Parts: sequence; C-alpha cells; structure tokens
Amino acid sequence: MPIINGTVLFNKENHGDGLKKALELKPQEIIMEIRESGLKGRGGAGFPTGTKWMLAAAAISEKKFVICNADEGEPGTFKDRVLLDEYTRLVFEGMIIAGYAIGASKGYVYLRGEYRYLLNKLKSEIDKMYSENQLGNNILGSNFHFDIEIRLGSGAYVCGEESALIESLEGHRGEPRNRPPYPVNTGFMGYPTIVNNVETFAAVPVIIFKGAEWFEKIGTDRSKGTKLISVSGDCEKPGVYEVPFGTTINEMLEMVAAKDTKAVQIGGASGICVPKSEFGRNISFEDVSTGGSIIIFNKDRDMLQVLKNFMEFFVEESCGQCTPCRIGNIKLLEGVQMIERGECSMSYLKELIELGKTMQIASKCGLGQSSPNPFIAIMTHFENEIFTQW
Amino acid sequence: MLVSEKSALTAEIEGIVNEYGNTRDNLLPILQRILNKHGHISEFAQQEVARLLDIHPVEVYGVVTFYGFMRVKEEGRYIVRLCKTISCDLAGKEAIARAIERELDIKFGETTQDKKFTLEYINCMGMCDAGPAMLINDTVYTHLTPRKAIEILKNCK
Repeated sequence: MPIINGTVLFNKENHGDGLKKALELKPQEIIMEIRESGLKGRGGAGFPTGTKWMLAAAAISEKKFVICNADEGEPGTFKDRVLLDEYTRLVFEGMIIAGYAIGASKGYVYLRGEYRYLLNKLKSEIDKMYSENQLGNNILGSNFHFDIEIRLGSGAYVCGEESALIESLEGHRGEPRNRPPYPVNTGFMGYPTIVNNVETFAAVPVIIFKGAEWFEKIGTDRSKGTKLISVSGDCEKPGVYEVPFGTTINEMLEMVAAKDTKAVQIGGASGICVPKSEFGRNISFEDVSTGGSIIIFNKDRDMLQVLKNFMEFFVEESCGQCTPCRIGNIKLLEGVQMIERGECSMSYLKELIELGKTMQIASKCGLGQSSPNPFIAIMTHFENEIFTQW
Repeated sequence: MLVSEKSALTAEIEGIVNEYGNTRDNLLPILQRILNKHGHISEFAQQEVARLLDIHPVEVYGVVTFYGFMRVKEEGRYIVRLCKTISCDLAGKEAIARAIERELDIKFGETTQDKKFTLEYINCMGMCDAGPAMLINDTVYTHLTPRKAIEILKNCK
C-alpha cells in the first residue's frame, strides 16, 4: 500500500470551510455524516464518534456540554500538542460542530498543565473566532450559540480518563467514576456530555467539508481515515506523522529511518510492546490499536530498564482509588526490581503475570486495566533476554 | 504569617473568588491563580478558599494534594522539572540530571538554600521527539545537553 502522508489533517488544502457547511446542515445530518464516515475516537479507545454523538443528541436535557480532551499524558504521545499548536482552528471548529450536532452551547478544552505555554496562543485564537462570528451568538448568521472555555489540568495523568477529567473540571480530585452511567447521559455537572480527543475533533470539519464518502475510502475496512503517530526513541527522524490506518510497523520504521530496531512500544506506556518478529502487523483498531505513539528501541536497549521506567510511571500516576491498581502496580514494580537483583524465581514471575491479568479485569478504569500490558508483553517476548543476564 | 499578611491574602482570595464565582467547579482555576502568584497554596489560603466556596477545608486539601503541580509549602522561585519518562530517558536525561545536581549542589526533590531552585522529576511532558526536555516554571526547554541545561539555569535571574 502506498504511503500518503497528510491526507486528512496535515493537508490544509482539504480543510476548507467545514464549519460553514455544517451550520447549513441539520444536526441529524451531521451525525449521519460522521457515522457514515466511520470515524472512531482517536484517544485510544476507538469508540465510534457518530454513535457517541447520537446518544448525546438523543438525551433530553436543558444543558449539554462538549469537552475536548487535551490532557495528552500518555508517554511518547505528543500529536495533540502539534495539532493544538499548528491546527488550532480545526480543533475548535470540530468542537463547535459537535455542539451544534448534539445541542450543546458550551465547550471546554481541558488542557494539560504541562502545555500551559500554549494557553495564550489558544486564547487569542478563540478571541479571533469571537470577532469573526465563529463563536458566541448567532454563529455565521445561524441561530446557534456556542462558547469555548479553556481549563488547565495540574499534572495528573489519570485526568485523561474521561470521567476523571470531568471530576477535575467539577473541582474534585481526578478520580475516575464508575461507568456506566457514561458521560453521554451523566457527564459534566450531571448533564449529557461528549468527551472527544483533540484529533477526533480536528477530523470533523474535514469530514464535513470533503464528505463521509471521501473519508471512508482511506484506511482499512474497520479503521477509517488516518492516524497521527508520535514517533520517538531510537530513530533519525522523530516527530508526528499522519498515516492511513493499515500502515505496517515496518513501513513506519522505514519512514522515520530507524536502524537495528529490536522492539517498538505502541500506544505509550499502557500500550503494547511489539517485538521484531511481529513488525509486519499494522496500525489499526483491529490489529495494533494505538492512541498515537510509537517508541522505538534499538538492539542495545535493555528491555528490563524500559519496563522499570513504565512501572515507575504507573506507580506514581495511579490515583490510588481502587486496590488492584494502587497495590498491583507497586507489586509489579517490586517484581522488576527483584529481577534486576537476580532474586525473582520463575514461579514468582508467573504469579506476577497472573496478578497483571487480574488487574486488567478488576481495576476500575483504563489506567489499571492497561498498566500491566507492558509487564506482560515484555516478560513474554523478552523473557530469555532478561533471564539469561543472570 | 503576620496578621497584616493574612488579611492581604484574604482580600486577594476574595477578589479571585469573586472573579470566577464561588461554585465548586471553579476550585481548580482559583487554586491555580493562587499557586501562580505565590508559588504554593498555604494552609491559610486553603482555609480561606474553603470558607468562600462553603466547602470543608479537607475538600480543598484533598484537591491540592492530588495534583502534581500544586504544592502546600513554599519552595524555589524556579521549579525545574526534568522529564524522566521513557523517551527522554532513552535520549539521556540521566546525564542532565547529574549535571544539574552537581551544579546546584542539591538532589532531586530538594530546594536550594536561597530558595531560588527546586529540582523535581516530571512524568512525560509531551516533548518526546525533542528530549531530553525540562520545564522551568511554564517554559519548555528541549534537546538538552549538560552544558545547555546549566546555561539555562544560569540565565534564571
């Protein structure tokens, strides 16, 4: 398959005036268009965006909210930073269209505290949009009103989980809620709320402008469109790449000029570790699913140290609310330290892997459900390498 | 804290709460404003915010201690946060950490005696393609080398 960079987002020729076109459509027509495009959530979970919007649109309520999840905290992921910085308008337009589609008149951008340096730029873009009648009352001559407010996070990875993000917006500790109920019914302040990733919103005006049929042709059968991939680690050309779904890991590695690659971590610390033997797999929801990052490890990297770095991350970032995640991550980290000292028996390692599987089932939110992923993957694929050192 | 300092802080917090509104959903922006100005959110400030929002002070304390960027004690004027997560680690953050520690003669987690610098590690700050990276207060510095990091610190007045 040919690699075409920048088909949807990184090609300004395709951007056009999606907002204007959207406001000429009926809200239901927008939702139908998004559904037909097959757009799925770009934050990692891959929930169909059209379905989410339809549920929120169907909810009966005097108030509804649109939230843009810009709490990009997954290690190795920085695509939203680039979108917010260089394609600011596209993200805001997507939020306005979402608001129009579901019947919301207020949107929040939850920007991670680490990206505070982007705040002034975002605010001045919002001001500009008010002055151009793209925000505020009677947007572009329609009857639709919409406001956008930016809220800052304060250094908590878990707030990227949508219900924790809502807790944080409401002025609480960022502890995830039980789901269901989902935010589309009971979200911000108890009102129906959609929470979408920055990249999802950015794709919306392009889809409306170019049409679902155009979008639907890009990608694979079950993963439509393109994905922004943040590439870091051992390669010559790190950065953000836009590739169609279905691109293989080998093709990605060639694009970024990576040499002697031993393994890649896809989807950040909570993603999965793919060894060289599986580099023919492709990036899509049905194969290797990702929120948008690839970290590359060359042949000289010690995978146990990589794993230790991930586990330290999770121990610090667990909110501590539920037991499997709070204690499980500590146990896994201690296991890594035991292996490091040469004190971990094979049977204890097996127990730790079982513990990891329990955490995947028993944790309350995505953090604890996915934090054992790298432990299990690295211990499965690199057991020999790790245990022959001692 | 002197009585006059307390009443000045009370007046300031009342002003901030008036600006944002005294509802719970404004708690984070209010705390962030206090933090930006004073570098920390003292117990007294937490109590005043709680009083004005009509919530228990423990609620405010719970929030302040949850978020990594909020602090309850006065620390350095410059908070140096070096990213320690995987990509910056692969890119050589360890050498930067040691160089900064030697230069400032403190360890990570500590503050210099003149209260100028506090050293901290931070988890992934999204500069993975340009590591090693650090934040000093709100400013991002990327592609660090030991020499470059020290020069940046020297430029902090």
